[in-house]
Amino acid sequence: MEPALIAPAHYTVLGIPTLLFSLLIPLVGVGVFAFIMNRRVAPLLKAAPDSRFDDIAGRLANVVKIWLGQWRQPRYMTAGVLHILIFFGFLALAVHTTSLVFVGIFAGFSIPGLGGGFGHLYMIVKDYAATVVLLACIVAAVRRGILRPERYAVPAKYGQDHTAEAVFVLALISLLMITDSLFEASSVAAQVQLGQQGEYLAPGTLAWLLKNLLLDTPRETLQTLHIAGYYIHDLTFFFFLCFLPMGKHFHVITSLFNVYFMRTEKGNVKPVRYGISDEQLDDLDTFGVKKLEDFTWKHLLDFYTCADCGRCSDQCPARTVGRPLSPRFISIKGRDLLFRNYPLRGEAPAAEALIGTVYEEDEIWSCTTCGACEEECPIGIEYIDKIVDLRRGMVDEGMVPQSLQKPLKAMEKRGNPWGKMEKKRGDWAAAAGCEVKVVADGDSAEVLYFVDSFTSYDDRMQGIAQATARVLTAAGVDFAILGKEEKDSGHEVRRFGEEMLFQDLKKHNSEMIGEAAVQAIVTADPHAFNALRHDYPGLPKVEHISQLVVRMVRAGRLSLLPIDDPDKVYTYHDPCYLGRHNGIYDDPREAMDALEGIKRVEMEKSRDRSFCCGGGGLMLFYEPEEEERMAVLRVKMAAEAGATVIVVACPFCLANMEDAIKVAGLEGKMEAVDLVELIDRHLAPQP
Amino acid sequence: MEILVCVKRVPDTAENEFTINADGSDIDRDDLVYSVNEWDNYAVEEAIQIVDRVGGKVTVVAVGDEDSEEVLRREMAMGANDGLLLADPAFADSDGRGIATILKGAVEKGTYDLILTGAQSDSGAGQVGGMLAAMLDIPYASLVDSIEVVDDQSLKIGREIEGGNREMNSIQLPCLLSIQTGINEPRYVGIRGIRKVASVEIPVLGSAELGIGGAAVGSAGARVKRLDYFVPVLGAGAEMLEGSTEEIVDKLIELLKAKGGLK
Repeated sequence: MEPALIAPAHYTVLGIPTLLFSLLIPLVGVGVFAFIMNRRVAPLLKAAPDSRFDDIAGRLANVVKIWLGQWRQPRYMTAGVLHILIFFGFLALAVHTTSLVFVGIFAGFSIPGLGGGFGHLYMIVKDYAATVVLLACIVAAVRRGILRPERYAVPAKYGQDHTAEAVFVLALISLLMITDSLFEASSVAAQVQLGQQGEYLAPGTLAWLLKNLLLDTPRETLQTLHIAGYYIHDLTFFFFLCFLPMGKHFHVITSLFNVYFMRTEKGNVKPVRYGISDEQLDDLDTFGVKKLEDFTWKHLLDFYTCADCGRCSDQCPARTVGRPLSPRFISIKGRDLLFRNYPLRGEAPAAEALIGTVYEEDEIWSCTTCGACEEECPIGIEYIDKIVDLRRGMVDEGMVPQSLQKPLKAMEKRGNPWGKMEKKRGDWAAAAGCEVKVVADGDSAEVLYFVDSFTSYDDRMQGIAQATARVLTAAGVDFAILGKEEKDSGHEVRRFGEEMLFQDLKKHNSEMIGEAAVQAIVTADPHAFNALRHDYPGLPKVEHISQLVVRMVRAGRLSLLPIDDPDKVYTYHDPCYLGRHNGIYDDPREAMDALEGIKRVEMEKSRDRSFCCGGGGLMLFYEPEEEERMAVLRVKMAAEAGATVIVVACPFCLANMEDAIKVAGLEGKMEAVDLVELIDRHLAPQP
Repeated sequence: MEILVCVKRVPDTAENEFTINADGSDIDRDDLVYSVNEWDNYAVEEAIQIVDRVGGKVTVVAVGDEDSEEVLRREMAMGANDGLLLADPAFADSDGRGIATILKGAVEKGTYDLILTGAQSDSGAGQVGGMLAAMLDIPYASLVDSIEVVDDQSLKIGREIEGGNREMNSIQLPCLLSIQTGINEPRYVGIRGIRKVASVEIPVLGSAELGIGGAAVGSAGARVKRLDYFVPVLGAGAEMLEGSTEEIVDKLIELLKAKGGLK
């Protein structure tokens, strides 16, 4: 059968065979792309080491779920669905687009395996994919260009608006879809005109629509459209390929790798330097991230990968209350610096300190390490380790706000941030109303109750310690506290960048816990819980009190009374270090539901989208610039959910919520209580 | 510029609970934690910043026993180049003039363009800086809250005045300034910084090296002697307002009006 139109491989224009373009465009395109990628990879090779080559199965599972399965996309439904359509459209079109490059050289080329019936089926799928991608691009362009959701706005201090780049790329993709379909449709239209059996075009597809429009078009015009469609597609494709590494669409290439290498453990903090043990830390010349190349290669890859979607910042409590931090711009500013310091051509500017130029001190101190950004990022970008590394760098240079210097020094001298006397650490036990054994006094027990500083010393939070002791007693748990030998867990000390002080605290506590010779550890403070679980290697099993309560209720070892105030409406606020960082969402809810007759509602932002109360540990001392307190927003969210009691499972949440209820003027309408206090209040009398 | 900063190791007021010892001569010093006197810390930071701007060297000096080495190291971790410990059993129980005499001995062993002290320390006397300047016969300014190096002959300094006013002065070098807190934001000294200077040698000078006779310092030379040390008995007159926040505020406003505090 004669082809209805001359293929690009055989066509000539002005006596020049277009085959020449078919060869040149891919050659130049791939050459330029390779050159750009070589420059882009250069900083990764100079970056700090990172340990991402373990847990291959877990990493592949992440790729399948988060990258291929687009798992996190529908958390933002409109944008998510649009992205899923474009993503799968791209995957479907990838094979065809590759084969098209060869069609320009060998007319009639087809990828092995796609020549026969399966090939026809594939072409139908691909035509629908192209149509769907085009429609999704149009909707996306309207959204970005006209509707402009607030999340994409660029505050003035972060530079120019990014809409033009986004819409330009959507236009490029649309052009690819249109020219691909035009190339095919013009050919089929010509075949139909000649009475030949043309390639089947599925009804409703863009190619089908174009074919029907072109049925009466003269053959010479069809020939022109066929060739023009092909070469515009070819040019656009290679231009797009080379444009990807120039901006936010780099994620099209890097996201697969970024998701493969994303963190597989939560709650932990990266070591100061991978490959350096805690004992070798003294030998390091410098600590933390001070200049761009001090970041690990994965963290630089994060910068390249950021798609500028703004979900991190939309969820970030610090940004929400107007603190000078927006995680999205941690990435965008980092990426722009990478582009600037590793230009495609010409000399790189001299490397300078990040703090004071690209990032500001207050920006980096504003983070509560709540993890909402990382939970949300659809492509596995990390922030907490970067923030901690930048803080390590600042601590090493002495750049620590005065408000944090005092508690840090007190921690060094007395093991608690207020500088209170060590011997008073266990004083709360006297008023607990039950026996509290103290390891420091020579007692021993099966379980260690690790109280931590806030619960030990704060007048209000001692109520949590006493409630915990009574609940443990009621459940028949043989427990003891370390007493004056307990020091702060150092959870925030580490996350605020004072690694060596953390190491001292950890060493001391580990020794004391070791000497206590217990079989398990329990705590009511999620920060201590997280520290003991992730920062202290080799400890016995660590449980949060909410887990223990549920276990004891299930085992029938703890009996609870029906709710004492059935008219009140309870809501549970997930503490960051219990929920997001440790995945404990259900136990506290189950513990509450064990109180018969309790009315419990959920806030809109709950579980892994819980909104941080403002932070714990050293964050209590930091004086941020902000328009509103996080906890004030949070108690308002509880009120909106119809709750009258906000239940927390963390002393810091409790302190922040109780303050916020006063600030928000909700006194008498809203109250805050810790879960263990609630359970303690409902302990059935012992027979 | 060669700068000498005098620092003192004091019990940390933020991290201790103070009680008077059994014989009523001093606070109970078991179970206390110590740190560098807060004002002195600002003085060291200021000295480091001056040297960062115009070059030179910062030396920190302390009068005390071997425990004072800890504060010297902390200040060296901060960025002071050298430390100097003035220790001798004969220095014990010196009064302010005695301390100034000991420091004078150290100053005369070097060539310093500028000497800084904290405005005061734990005992609150605020006298050593002025006395030391007088003994050295150099210009002195107190409660300094800004320093600008004009040239190698003079400084422009700001001083805090009662009532929130400030004045600017020109002062000839060499001189002695007592530093007020708030002049800067002292940098943080981490555990890592302290460890880095842990093995640096700190020279110790005693009365012989400083050429100070026993009668001039210590309890023998002290012309001011402590007679008693106690916590004053709480006087009457404190009134606790009770009730809800609003009621308390109303009562407070009423009281302030009644006593003329609010018009």
